[in-house]
Amino acid sequence: MTLESYIAPWLGQTLSEEGWAKAAASVVHAALLIALFGALPLIYIWLERKVAGRIQDRLGPTRVGGKFGWLQTLADGIKLIQKEDLAPAAADNWIFRIAPYLAVAASFIAFMVIPFAADAVAVPLDIGVFLILALMSMEVLGIILAGYSSGSKWALFGAMREAAQMVSYEIPMALCVLIPLVIAGSLNFREVAMLQHGLFTNWFIFHDPFTFLAFFTYFTVATASVKRAPFDLAEAESELVAGFHTEYSGLRWSFFFMAEYASMFAVSAIACLLFLGGWYSGIDAETWLVTPLLSAIGLDPATTGLGHFLMNAFGVKVLLIKGSLLVFVQIWVRWTLPRLRIDQVMTTCLKYLVPISCFLFLGAVLWPLILATTMKRTTLLEGPMAVPIGNKVSVQSRGTGSGPLAKSRDEGSVR
Amino acid sequence: MDFTLEQFLFWVFGLLACSAAILVAATQNVVRMAFWLVISLGSVSALFFLLHADLLGATQLLIYVGGTVVVLIFGVMLTASGPYLKIQTSPGDLLMGAGVGTLLLALLINSVCSTNWAALTLDTSGTVLPIAAKDKPNGGTARPLGLAFLGLRPDQDLGNDPTAKLSPGYLLPFEIISVHLLVVLVGAAYLARSKRRAGGERGIT
Repeated sequence: MTLESYIAPWLGQTLSEEGWAKAAASVVHAALLIALFGALPLIYIWLERKVAGRIQDRLGPTRVGGKFGWLQTLADGIKLIQKEDLAPAAADNWIFRIAPYLAVAASFIAFMVIPFAADAVAVPLDIGVFLILALMSMEVLGIILAGYSSGSKWALFGAMREAAQMVSYEIPMALCVLIPLVIAGSLNFREVAMLQHGLFTNWFIFHDPFTFLAFFTYFTVATASVKRAPFDLAEAESELVAGFHTEYSGLRWSFFFMAEYASMFAVSAIACLLFLGGWYSGIDAETWLVTPLLSAIGLDPATTGLGHFLMNAFGVKVLLIKGSLLVFVQIWVRWTLPRLRIDQVMTTCLKYLVPISCFLFLGAVLWPLILATTMKRTTLLEGPMAVPIGNKVSVQSRGTGSGPLAKSRDEGSVR
Repeated sequence: MDFTLEQFLFWVFGLLACSAAILVAATQNVVRMAFWLVISLGSVSALFFLLHADLLGATQLLIYVGGTVVVLIFGVMLTASGPYLKIQTSPGDLLMGAGVGTLLLALLINSVCSTNWAALTLDTSGTVLPIAAKDKPNGGTARPLGLAFLGLRPDQDLGNDPTAKLSPGYLLPFEIISVHLLVVLVGAAYLARSKRRAGGERGIT
């Protein structure tokens, strides 16, 4: 069930063109995602300042927009728009100006493949997890170009550190992401999350001890990959003035921050989808709360319509809350731990995180095998189990040839 | 003539890929070249997505765009002596490049002309890729490719087609190549690393 199927009946009469429904759906998806992409940094920057204040025994913002300073980020934004858009004389002007857009665009397109609920995804892809890793690694290009084109040594140092960090941290990140994928037997975010429906014991983090540790490894690596403290060497204020964005001002500067905060949510959402049950509440509220409530007012969550929409809206809300909680942890870590040195960052990755993630990956792969030989079952709890490959694809036996590809791989078989 | 959304996007990304590729050759600033290269390769990946080859498109993004970043850093920035490195091409190089380019173009045109495109287009919706795009709007090529790795070919009708053969899969050759590349990488890192100084002083790298 996609947005196109909602829009097509309205347009079908007048335009009779499937392409128009597709185009209209794309516009709606893009508008919704841009709204989310703008709103998340707005909230998280306020949260960052507030949490930082509380951790340092201050109040944080208190004045703009009432008691808690809700609108502080908006005030910051208005201030930033008013600032002069400077480019240093030594800068490679054209690249200097385009680099913030590259960073923000790369961070934004990652939202394209994140499913916020079972059917609330802009581009439902079979290889969503693979693609999002590719897209998120593109953000670094904007940062490197920004640092290089600034014509400043501080900025160049920041960019080179970011590059070194990106190249090394991608390895443990990919390995940690692989672990839940191996359990689910799919690269599709939707299928991975749907295996974790029901109680929180079904979440992949509780699948076995290796996935439990893999979640924390992933979260550490993800914090590093969005260059948050204690891994924010690319913009280490104490050493590099402001790192790669030293020469930036005004709105272009704020684009880097939009990209950073949006990426924080993106990696948190990936963590939720892969380890923490995705858009499922973990207390099975979908079954005993939402579905009866919707049935009581005569809506069916299974079919296209308002009930289906509300069911998805509930999932979106759950995922946003879970993701925001993880973002809060990232903020908490930032204001609690001191920044590492650059050699310590590289040591942490190459000498600790890479071997740890390799070990966890190996363990997670062997775990079902060990359980199968000792306990005659592949999961410890009544946990989620991937559908065997044989059920997903109808391998033809000789002599009975029919359809080319598995028809059995419908969404229902995932459950 | 009806002009579908896919055709429109094909023209957009096709023109973008070609013009960016020309700019790569025409620019002299190395970092701008890298930028245009990323645009060109990214557009090619978009074309793959348009053809419902989703795995290929994502791989293109991951390997080529990520690879450009690494080439930019390690190949150019670390070897550059001045702040903004320019590449001046000598007339001889230009001539040689043009020769190689023309030969490649001739080869490509030849293969495009000699392909029977009608046989490749299986349905009327304009989808060229035979298996994957049938049921899924966004490709779904990952699973057939993964199964082909293991030697399972659900797309081939083994029973009725006498010429179809059971293949052993590509997994072993793939693994051999990847381990080989890993050995090459380790070797390159070993050769390139800075020699430790006699006084026992250790560098950060």
